[in-house]
Amino acid sequence: MSLLSVRGLTRDFDGLRAVDGVDLDLPEGEVRALIGPNGAGKTTLVGMIAGRIAPTRGQVIFDGRDITRLPAHRRMRLGMAYTFQITSVFAGLSVAENVTLAARRRVRGAGLVQAVTQALVRVGLEARADQVAGDLAYGHQRLLEIAMGLAQRPRLLILDEPTQGLSEGEIEGFQALVRDLAGEVTILLIEHNMAVVMALAERITVMAGGRILAEGTPLEIHANRAVQAAYLGGGDAADR
Amino acid sequence: MLHLGLIAALLAAHFLLPAYHHGNLARVMVLASYALAYNLLFGYTGLLSLGHALFFAAGLYGMGMGVQHLGLGAGAGLMLGIASGAVVSALVAALALRTSGVAFMIVTLMFAQAGFLTILHFGEWTRGDEGFVLAQAGRVLWGMDLSAPGTRYLAALVLFSICLLLSLALVRAPFGRVLVAIRENEERVRMLGYDTQAHRFAAMVASGTMAAVAGAVYGMLFGYVGATFASVQYSILPLLWVLLGGAGTVLGPFIGTLFMFYLIDLSSGLTTAYMLIAGVALVGLTLFAPQGIMGEVRRRFWRGLP
Amino acid sequence: MEFGPHLMLATLEGAVTAAVLALTAAGLSLVFGVMRVVNIAHGEFFMLGAVLAWWVTQAVAGPWGFALALVVAPLLVGALAVAADVTILKRLSYDPERTIVATIGLLYILQQLTLMTYGPDARPVVAPFNARIALPWLERGPDGWALTWPWGLGITTWKLTVIGAAGAVLCALWLFLARTRVGLVMRATQADREMATAFGVPVERVYALTFGLGAGMAALAAVLIVPIQQAHYLMGADPLLLSFIVVIIGGLGSLPGTLLAAVLIGLSDGIISVFFSPTLAKILATLLVALVLVFRPQGLFGARGR
Repeated sequence: MSLLSVRGLTRDFDGLRAVDGVDLDLPEGEVRALIGPNGAGKTTLVGMIAGRIAPTRGQVIFDGRDITRLPAHRRMRLGMAYTFQITSVFAGLSVAENVTLAARRRVRGAGLVQAVTQALVRVGLEARADQVAGDLAYGHQRLLEIAMGLAQRPRLLILDEPTQGLSEGEIEGFQALVRDLAGEVTILLIEHNMAVVMALAERITVMAGGRILAEGTPLEIHANRAVQAAYLGGGDAADR
Repeated sequence: MLHLGLIAALLAAHFLLPAYHHGNLARVMVLASYALAYNLLFGYTGLLSLGHALFFAAGLYGMGMGVQHLGLGAGAGLMLGIASGAVVSALVAALALRTSGVAFMIVTLMFAQAGFLTILHFGEWTRGDEGFVLAQAGRVLWGMDLSAPGTRYLAALVLFSICLLLSLALVRAPFGRVLVAIRENEERVRMLGYDTQAHRFAAMVASGTMAAVAGAVYGMLFGYVGATFASVQYSILPLLWVLLGGAGTVLGPFIGTLFMFYLIDLSSGLTTAYMLIAGVALVGLTLFAPQGIMGEVRRRFWRGLP
Repeated sequence: MEFGPHLMLATLEGAVTAAVLALTAAGLSLVFGVMRVVNIAHGEFFMLGAVLAWWVTQAVAGPWGFALALVVAPLLVGALAVAADVTILKRLSYDPERTIVATIGLLYILQQLTLMTYGPDARPVVAPFNARIALPWLERGPDGWALTWPWGLGITTWKLTVIGAAGAVLCALWLFLARTRVGLVMRATQADREMATAFGVPVERVYALTFGLGAGMAALAAVLIVPIQQAHYLMGADPLLLSFIVVIIGGLGSLPGTLLAAVLIGLSDGIISVFFSPTLAKILATLLVALVLVFRPQGLFGARGR
């Protein structure tokens, strides 16, 4: 059964159609990558799924429930988490406090400290718990962002370009982390780095021009002519 | 610890200070409570209101009108003042929070101006600009005469201590942490599943109500209710005090109020244009020290300062 | 006086208010439109214009003194505004919230310095000419329709000049923005600051010029109205409030909307204040501004979306 279903989702910006009638089904437990050239509408699509952007038309169904009209914070409480493309940790607060804010919606009291430590251990930031988040190196801030996502214990984790700006070594660490989570959490991963996508995704959805161009296993997508054409014709990101 | 120390020092000052400064400090403590209220919204939630005089005046007039025209006792008068502050701030918050940034500043400014003009409009009861003096009989609470300098000082200290400790507790509580996070990055807080709008609303009502408490107590202790306290100037002053002392610090509002009060007090002996100091301070602070005094202390010496 | 002539008189008075208001508000609107900042000190630039007009006409008597004031006051005030822009606003990187706080400071500085030098009195400035023109009214008498000359229905040549001059200046402003290179650069900056920078527009100089021009327009408006109103150090508050109302209702930063709103508000202000208490009119106006910002931030005449 699908954890997330999207039906006919459409969004216009000043007469421009950023997302055009997208249907998408995401089964529970899957790691799904969402790829496409710049301007394909990926971020707008997940923005509508997470409730940051109101759709012009269409439906979002989460866990069998129509959530199209729910504000973002209610969707998060239903079991979504969203990590931002641009790092947006709370720069003035400590690392632990960042994660605490994320965890506190779910646990209170004694379990809280444990949940925070768990999330930090998972991304390898436990030694930096007391540092001010703004002082962290960029790669560590991205990891903190993910730790905040984990601390929410989501059923659906949306990662918006999590490896952007990370070093090779950090990317490997990130891959190990996602493999570790697979099966536990459903993951929707927007990613430009094709190596990461090929290594992690069970299935891939390709967007171009606001529509879904193709969907399939990494091998199928790799062989798909239309996908290659879309990248060569309109994109720049195929091998970044 | 630090905060209890301040309260203890203020208590000691009660026995040590000469009469003139004793009276001044009582005034500063009530005004600092107002500044603490302002700091809840501005310092911790990051919302810059230009209309807090409306809430201060809601408390002041709620209390004053109750005592003067409804014949309420001091306790009931204070209660009425606080209740009107809560109602007014809830109303303003419900409307003004639909905007943000500059629009929020202008909307709060306009609501406060409308409130000020309303007080003038009903001059028959409010005595407008001239204001009215509370009768001595209305200023006795539980047998204590709040117009006597000694009780007045201690009452001001009690108010200030409550506001200070309440601020501290609020900031350390999960609710306060969420407010700070909203100040830093609202969108992120929303995506963690918090209803940021509800948090802001609560913060604004808490801040407005605390401002009303300060207003009601001010009128009660100093026996005077006048429209000046509803004017733009009394919306700007708490902003100035908090900016000077350090926004988002618990002690900043008191320090800023104390400093500014004496600056204005000294300069008003020299010239009628004493608000010049306020103007220069506002420009200077925005230009050179947006963190204020305690903000600088926190940045340079003590990062954990609440 | 009958109702009809009374209304006509109110309309004429309203037209004078509208003309001056349109000038003042166009200055505020220009600053907001191009620089995206709200200048709370705008009313003080207006006040300075009036006070400078008094100084100049004291120094040089006769109509030439007034003509000189018409040139000198806007130029001096404009230069002062440019200086404020370069020393204060530029250093704040035109951050909207901090700019508001700084211009509040500037408001107090200008106002209080005027109090210290010019003093607390309201002083008249004599208009260069001020002949009275009685106006006729069409009335139905026993012998059918006839022209009568009701007592009190009339206008002065100076008031007509104010209306004409304001119209001329606004036309000149429009030509400046639409037809000159500098005007084009200003509009380009308004439309897209980043793009303008990319195309080599010296944005900082454009900002300084805009701020100076906006202030100069307020000063010019004040020189025109000062023979009718007298110069006083607190006179900046009303034009500021009214300009705010006009700019917000007209749609932030839209010049045609601003002008339309100025005429509407100016006329209705004249008419309303004849029939209602001015305080009540102001209460309604401030509430209107707040509610427009909350529910229709693009202004009553502005286009939706952006």
